[in-house]
Amino acid sequence: MYGWIWNHLPGPTVLRVLLVLSLIAAVVGLLFTVVFPWAVTWLPGQDVSVE
Amino acid sequence: MTADRVRATVGVVGELLITAGVVVGLFAVYTLFWTGVETAGEQQALEREFESTDPEPPEPSVEAAPPQAPPPQATPEPLPGDAYARMRIPRLGEDWNWIVVQGVDLADLTRGPGRYPDSAEPGQVGNFAVAGHRATYGEPFAYLDRLEPGDEIVVEREGQEHLYRVSTSYVTGPDDTAVLAPVPREPGATPRTAVITLTTCHPRWSSEERLIVHGILVGTSSTPTATGTQT
Repeated sequence: MYGWIWNHLPGPTVLRVLLVLSLIAAVVGLLFTVVFPWAVTWLPGQDVSVE
Repeated sequence: MTADRVRATVGVVGELLITAGVVVGLFAVYTLFWTGVETAGEQQALEREFESTDPEPPEPSVEAAPPQAPPPQATPEPLPGDAYARMRIPRLGEDWNWIVVQGVDLADLTRGPGRYPDSAEPGQVGNFAVAGHRATYGEPFAYLDRLEPGDEIVVEREGQEHLYRVSTSYVTGPDDTAVLAPVPREPGATPRTAVITLTTCHPRWSSEERLIVHGILVGTSSTPTATGTQT
């Protein structure tokens, strides 16, 4: 899977490394800003009020 | 051909498992560390908001008024998530200093402890109730279980500093709204004193029960900063 992505990236090795780093940054950014804030509401211990 | 295909499939499954492990690890970092960083940033913004709106110098005539007197000017009800008051609990550390926001929705509580919207104002006769996270999001109430009777809870709002002292703490069910009543645990009773109620989850990292701390108002004074700005 990751080998396939690596082989399909264009350019010389230096460019590929930069592309991989930016891909990782994009995925981590998406996780931290969208996925995790949603997932954390399902953790126990998030209900602190009485209702 | 089949051996190659098996090898390729196992390889992809392995990569997916490693990816899942990394994602779970990142989620742990997010939960334990990053939520606190975000809340700290929110608190800095709230601090500026609080300092710019709060120290309205109290009118001199107000200071001599008994605590039962109605508020001198009708302040508009703050919006959810707005800075509401400053809270200090020396038992939890000299630097334990949080801006309480208005509201107890999850979005409000990511910014700091939140005031139950229908509860009394600090210093007012009735029950001023605040909820806060015990884990994640800066965990303001992480060690609320360490409070003992007599411990100070200081609440600043609108140039007034209200000193409460802890009276009781106990664990109750998540739907026990009687703890928020003007007279805690006596819904319908007419309040005669000003009390404070803090709620958080119990045990830590669980939503099974709630930890409740009550305190009683022992005094109100104008904050040093508020009087200092008067010339």
